[in-house]
Formats: sequence, structure tokens, C-alpha cells
Amino acid sequence: MSRRTVYMDHSATTPVREEVVEAMLPFYHELFGNPSSIHAPGRTVRRAVEEAREKTALALGAEPGEIFFTAGGTESNNITLRGAAKKRGEPGHIITSSIEHHAVLDVCSELAAEGHRVTFLPVDQYGRVSIDQLQEAITPDTFLISIMAANNEIGTLQPISAIGEVARERKILFHTDAVQIAGQLPIDLKKLNVDFLSLSAHKFNGPKGIGALYVRKGAKVTPLYSGGGQERKLRPGTENVPGIVGLSRAMELAVAEIKDKKKRLEALRYKMITGLMAIDETILNGHPEERLPNNVNVSFKHVEGEAVLLSLDLEGIAASSGSACSSGSLDPSHVLRAIGLDHPTAHGSIRFSLGWGNTEEDVDYLLEVIPRVVNNLRRISPTYRTNGSRKE
Amino acid sequence: MYNEKVVEHFCNPRNVGELLEADAIGENGSFKCGDTMKIYLKIKDDRIEDIRFQTYGCGAAIASSSMLTEMVKGLTIDDALKITNQDVADQLGGLPPLKLHCSNLAADALHNAIENFRNGKVHGESA
Repeated sequence: MSRRTVYMDHSATTPVREEVVEAMLPFYHELFGNPSSIHAPGRTVRRAVEEAREKTALALGAEPGEIFFTAGGTESNNITLRGAAKKRGEPGHIITSSIEHHAVLDVCSELAAEGHRVTFLPVDQYGRVSIDQLQEAITPDTFLISIMAANNEIGTLQPISAIGEVARERKILFHTDAVQIAGQLPIDLKKLNVDFLSLSAHKFNGPKGIGALYVRKGAKVTPLYSGGGQERKLRPGTENVPGIVGLSRAMELAVAEIKDKKKRLEALRYKMITGLMAIDETILNGHPEERLPNNVNVSFKHVEGEAVLLSLDLEGIAASSGSACSSGSLDPSHVLRAIGLDHPTAHGSIRFSLGWGNTEEDVDYLLEVIPRVVNNLRRISPTYRTNGSRKE
Repeated sequence: MYNEKVVEHFCNPRNVGELLEADAIGENGSFKCGDTMKIYLKIKDDRIEDIRFQTYGCGAAIASSSMLTEMVKGLTIDDALKITNQDVADQLGGLPPLKLHCSNLAADALHNAIENFRNGKVHGESA
């Protein structure tokens, strides 16, 4: 049996690049100062934090003053959504989509329980929201729209630019959870009408536990935490300096390589989708073109996702599934249900997410292994009829 | 997440497939997570002479189906009825807690098959 390891779960997390670790290390050793201290060791570190902020801003087309470092995507989303609701102070209306990450979806559900009205926009079969439906959902008390830039499961890209135009025209704050596109696709905040944007370093070969929130100049939320003046009171607490430096270095590297990486991953994605669709009764989930360069999500009918993952894992391939059995809950993914998949098809979904380090050989290996894995499981399945056992 | 025994049964499931001349067929499924099991029995003199299974489900569902078929092959149907889902899980050396409820359904499918046999039918209502 092959002992090859092929990691195809980069949408879950990514390895930290060596250059990033190197940039971070001095801040665990000699550059340990607290950036809030007025002495020299503190001031040196303060400069590093502000340089990191400048680099991050530059990579996104933002001003340094618009970048706030947080603990990650989930915290950035909470600061924005809860902070905007807190600032409003009275019940109002929020528009989001039905396929957001739980870090937005669950916050919205909680805000609804607290008295706000929330519209969860439906999506089409590819997972796209409709601009018309967005327009229709807006009411005089709509104060926030939060729509993800790309879906974490099926990779579908949302029309962020058009949504931003609607939000600007109707004078509503617009937040986008950009965790899946940051470092994968170019982001130019000078051109996008986005007021808040969340990102997380560990999705683009940076460290875990560090993220950023872009807040457009003039857009305001009420801070959720008290206890210090760090990050202009939006995220108090001593800064995660090595993390901040690591995030900015990872962002710098990702942005410099973004065009090549996109081209390379799209070619691998094409090869993978073509190969996987050659297996009969296989469905591609998500949009055929408007999707993340690194995302492949398919459903193999008659087999359950966790069983496929387990088989792949035994062959050294790491992927993920929208199946209930692999998520610790009993219901299949809300995203796959929202695009209209029935339960068995949703249960049979597998997400492969490519990234830095994946090669064409990895894809060849997957395509060599997967037909056998799927066929072995289908051979056991009561709903799959092979010619040999056909009774009709 | 799964122990070695579960993984071994998952990788090399015993008694897979259909019995075309089955004396009884039983089914069981979990509507919540979608797992479905089908058990085929060949019964002679009230003894399980042969058994096959088909399962749609996760690793635990497949491993528990496979283990059950090994446990009951050759037993009288009275003895086979005494085997519970918990017995199957124990024989596998344990299953993750969540799986005990959603994917450990094989004994129930077997009991369904025996019930059908005793009612003089091969299939139950749903089959």
C-alpha cells in the first residue's frame, strides 16, 4: 500500500511557509517587547506591527488605518456583525445568505433571537445570490448586508462588486467574509464598495490564531470588548505580534504569486474535475466557472461521504466532506441543502481544496485511487445496481 | 476516530452483496443521517445458513454490518434475535458515541429480516 501523503484540504487550513516562520521567529526571541511600551524594545516591536499593517493594507488596496488585526475570521465576523448591531442600539434588519459560514450564519441567528430581523437570501443551484432578490429584501431599517466573497464548501464566488453597489446606493453597511478568497484571488478595496472585510492568515499559508478586519474609513461599529486601547479599541488585548508579522508576510508572498498560483491551480482543478466526472453518477457541486481556483466539490451517488474520506485517508489522501457523519452533527451541510441537493447526494459530497505544494502528480494519484474507492463502496451499497447483480 | 478492528472490517467487509435465493430480507435505515442497511438470509431448519449485507453509510455503518454477519452466521434464529446493536458495537471494540445512535443499525436490520421470515414473507412492507 502506498504511503504517499496528499493534502487536499487547504480550505480547512494550510501549512505555514518557511519564509513566514522565519519572519515570525525574531518576535519570539529578541524582539519580544510589548508594542504598547514606551521603551526601546517596545518601540521596535511597535514599528514592526505598523509595518505589517502597511503591507497588509497595500496588498488589499486599503489604507493602513483601515486594517485591524484580530484573532481570525470568526472574530472579525463577530466584531462586525455584533458590533454593527450594538452600534445601532435598536432592532433592525440584516440581510445575509443562506450559505454563509457558521461564523456569520450563527451570529445572525443569535441576533435574530435578540430581536433583529434577518433575511437569509436563498441561492441558485450553483450557490449564487440574486441581486434582484437582494434589492427586494431591503427595507427602510436594513442596516447591514453580510455576504461571503466565496463559499468555503462549494467554492462559488458571489457578485461582491454588484452587491457593494446596491449597498452603497441604499446607504447600507456591507460586510464580506473573504476568508476563502484572501490570498487566492486579487482583492482591490479601492474598487469594491465593501465597508468591512474579514480574513484569516492560516488560509493562505500564514499562522493560525491571527486574522484581520478591514473597516472602511468612516464605517463604524461599537467594540465588543473592553480592557485596552489596542487596535484602536476595536480589539483590545496585547497584540499577537508574531502572528501579525506572519500574516503580513504570508499576505505579501501570496499576493506576489497570486496570478501564477491562480493559473496553476485552475489547471489542476480542471484536470481533477474532468477526471472525477468520468466516474458515473457523479455531480459537480458549485458553479462550473465562477468558483475558487482551488475548489473541487463533487457528490458520488450511492456512497456516503465519510466512508469515502476514510478510504481516501487510508490511501494517504486528506480531503473533507459535507456529510453529516464527518461533521459531528446528523444533518448534512446547510450549503448543499441550500443548492437543492437531496439528502443522499449531500451525504455523498467530497471537497478537495488545492493549495501551495500540490502538484500534478498529486492529482494523478487521486484520480488513480478514487475510482477504486468509489466502486468498492458502491459494491456494498443497496441503492447501486451493478450489471452483475441487477434484478430488474 | 475509529479503532483498528473497525477500520479492518471497513476495509475488508465480510459477506457483502445480495443472496438471490434469500429466504428473508430485512432493512433498516436512519432517516436523519441517511444510512440504509439491507440484510439477506438463507435459513435452513431455523438456522442462519448464509447471510449477506448491503449498506449505504459511513465507516461505522459498514463495519457494524460486516461484524454482525460474522456474529450470526450459523446461529439459530432464536439466538440471532438476542444479538443487539450494542453487542455488535462491543464486538467491534467500541464505536464513537455519535455513531452508536446513527450508524449502528445492523442488528435491527437482521431482526427485521427474521420477523419477515416468521411472518411467512421474504420482504417486509418497505422492501
